[in-house]
Amino acid sequence: MHRVVKISKGLNINLKGAPVAEMTSVDAAKLYALMPADFTRVTPKVVVKPEDAVKAGDPLFVDKANPELQFVSPVSGKVVAVNRGERRRVLSVVVESDGKFESVEYKAKDVLSLSSDEVKADLLKAGLFAFMRQRPYDVIANPSDAPRAIYVSAFDSKPLAVNFEIALKGNEDDFQTGLDALSRIAPVHLGICACQKSTALLVAKNVTTTIFKGPHPAGNVGVQINKTAPVNKGEIVWTIGAEEVIFIGRLFNKGKVDFTRTVALAGSEVKNPSYSKVILGAQISTLVEGRLENKNELRVIDGNVLTGKKTTTDGFLGAFSTEITVIPEILNDADLLGWAAPRFGMYSTSRSYFSWLAPKREYTIDARIKGGERHMIMSNEYDKVFPMDIYPEYLIKAIITGNIDKMEQLGIYEVAPEDFALCEFVDSSKLELQRIVREGLDKLRAEMC
Amino acid sequence: MKFLRNYIDKIKPNFEEGGKLHAFRSLFDGFETFLFVPNDTAKSGVNIHDAIDSKRIMSLVVIALLPAMLVGMYNIGYQNALAAGVVETTTWFSMFLYGLLVMLPKIAVSYIVGLGIEFTVAQWKNEEIHEGFLVSGILIPMIVPVGCPLWILALATAFAVIFAKEVFGGTGMNIVNVALIARAFIFFAYPSVISGDSVWVATESIFGIGANVDGYTCATALQHLANGPEAIGASGAALTTCDMLWGLMPGSIGETSVIAIALGAVLLLWTGVASWKTMFSVFVGGIAMSLLFQYTMPENPIAQVPFWQHLILGGFCFGAVFMATDPVTSARTEVGKYIYGFGIGAMAILIRVLNPGYPEGMMLAILLMNVTTPFIDYCVVQSNVNARAKRLTKKN
Repeated sequence: MHRVVKISKGLNINLKGAPVAEMTSVDAAKLYALMPADFTRVTPKVVVKPEDAVKAGDPLFVDKANPELQFVSPVSGKVVAVNRGERRRVLSVVVESDGKFESVEYKAKDVLSLSSDEVKADLLKAGLFAFMRQRPYDVIANPSDAPRAIYVSAFDSKPLAVNFEIALKGNEDDFQTGLDALSRIAPVHLGICACQKSTALLVAKNVTTTIFKGPHPAGNVGVQINKTAPVNKGEIVWTIGAEEVIFIGRLFNKGKVDFTRTVALAGSEVKNPSYSKVILGAQISTLVEGRLENKNELRVIDGNVLTGKKTTTDGFLGAFSTEITVIPEILNDADLLGWAAPRFGMYSTSRSYFSWLAPKREYTIDARIKGGERHMIMSNEYDKVFPMDIYPEYLIKAIITGNIDKMEQLGIYEVAPEDFALCEFVDSSKLELQRIVREGLDKLRAEMC
Repeated sequence: MKFLRNYIDKIKPNFEEGGKLHAFRSLFDGFETFLFVPNDTAKSGVNIHDAIDSKRIMSLVVIALLPAMLVGMYNIGYQNALAAGVVETTTWFSMFLYGLLVMLPKIAVSYIVGLGIEFTVAQWKNEEIHEGFLVSGILIPMIVPVGCPLWILALATAFAVIFAKEVFGGTGMNIVNVALIARAFIFFAYPSVISGDSVWVATESIFGIGANVDGYTCATALQHLANGPEAIGASGAALTTCDMLWGLMPGSIGETSVIAIALGAVLLLWTGVASWKTMFSVFVGGIAMSLLFQYTMPENPIAQVPFWQHLILGGFCFGAVFMATDPVTSARTEVGKYIYGFGIGAMAILIRVLNPGYPEGMMLAILLMNVTTPFIDYCVVQSNVNARAKRLTKKN
């Protein structure tokens, strides 16, 4: 039987618009884009020009510091634009699909007979290594490192998150092959949820499976690492998304680069939230067309409400995004004396509101911050939703003051910005904790590497 | 409410950079955000936020203080009537009205001086105004004797806001409780208005309400107990337990009524604004220390006060509920809160019993523990740091 880890601290935010377990077919998008900003730490060197013909699996840009790390086109077609921002920073490389979805051809291989280096080389060549992230620093992994372990979380516990079992359906073999391939590089730890019943997860081979019980952030891979074998200074572990494991499996089983994801369209402003098959990097407009309410000004989020980025319907699905969430931007633009009003319809973890009376009620939460930024005033706010064995408040203060020694001592090697998302949500001082943690990690990495 | 929103939007440009009223930007900002929840939406990080903010937390504390303040006002009138010997002929309403008239100028002075400084600093630092003083501003008039002159109150408030808070960086950065520093300032600079027996009962009539009593003196219950076996009230008769619980006795304005403070405590604990760990351990510390003295110092009259009387007299309850639990100056780690609370309770009784000059110890106990808080938290956090370091050495 698998080891069961119970997590008590955390919070499940009950939002309106959770995706139902149904597939909605949508037209394939015309435009696809890869955004270098999704791949933290990578300085892109673009290797294509507009009008170049590419197939799925052909590189669009490579890591300047490490050119064998390639970032490949998700579809076949031609490059239409290399968009640059301030100081010529590459914002996106856009590919127009030719509708054929041809991939660079590789040989199907029996992964269990390959060596670690052979697996790494194949992943690098096919552009799949780009999805491997590492702790510490939560950046794209360096292929020359030898990680202690590879962690895969097979469930997402965030509000309105996707149910991985739906994506897994029909891809069970590819998932297992992906895990097999990873197990050639380092021991693989699979974290599953007590609610998951799929046999492909429960009896996955060549992995150490742990069952996690409890509220969000139980599904965060960082929490799973912390609860099983925390990252020490000097150690490296790699993490990869469960759906990306399927991409790896497809490469070795079929010899193809296939970035088809099962993406959820969720949120209170979506009519009939459900799942669709979409290729990574697709323009969001085709996915959302005719499916959004138009009562309020909308915020389209590339990813989850807690960790995703604000985008528009003309934007593109991020490389790591498994969902598009749509919520109202501002629900009430003249919220008179909001701090004193009872505000019956609003969600809060504080008992000064009344949402504790109806724990099952689904809430529509808009994007307002609902308060001004302050110094940290209340204590124990973060601790209540932060299950790791770390003092989050002290770690944040160490980062704000730029104290490298303190950051190390307090466990910065174990965290990623997403681990602080719930803290940021509940924070009455409205500090931008994920940004602070990202800056802290970047500063530390600049110092150490 | 749309017209108000529109009006504010119309006058807003005057306060922005280059506008003719730019010097009052922080004041305008303060009022705008007071009236309407700001419409700023999330730019980075989470896209949704909890509806709680520091304005709501601070206003909850103010609401929690109201029962103690209202009873305090009534008590001002009641003590005045007792001193004049006219309790039977005075209605409760005129006693309350008298108390209100005594109290209003004090509240006004505290808020005008404190908020004036806050607005100036916010303007100068080009920051948004912080809400912290909403609470301090109401606490300060509640923890001084009724006889404290307004100019001393103004001076103390200014000193506390500037030197206990703003020099440290404003709300959330102060080391010691701002309201208590105001009281400590009076205690050390003007001891005559916060001790002795002539400041605890109002003796002057205001607009014909209340009675003029000449040359009247009455000490607080604790002062009586420090010198003898019985606490004597303003009428000259001994105080009953009932008087102590309702707070009908001389003392600082807001601290006397245990029942009213308990109502506030319930609200603070229920909403989670105050930590039950801190509050609980203050009482545990107080009980432990008073029992210790009761059995070890039989000849000292105040050591012989039963432990439950220690808890309901003086500023013990008020300090435990409203001062010790100030999240900024109290311990921030959960284990630390037990130590911090216990320290306050124990220290308060220690000072009461062993300090011959002044029989009240809550203020000094809390200030002392405020100062030790960073050390307590350091030790607690360090145990986590050590565990992590140990894990690393074990690994290697």
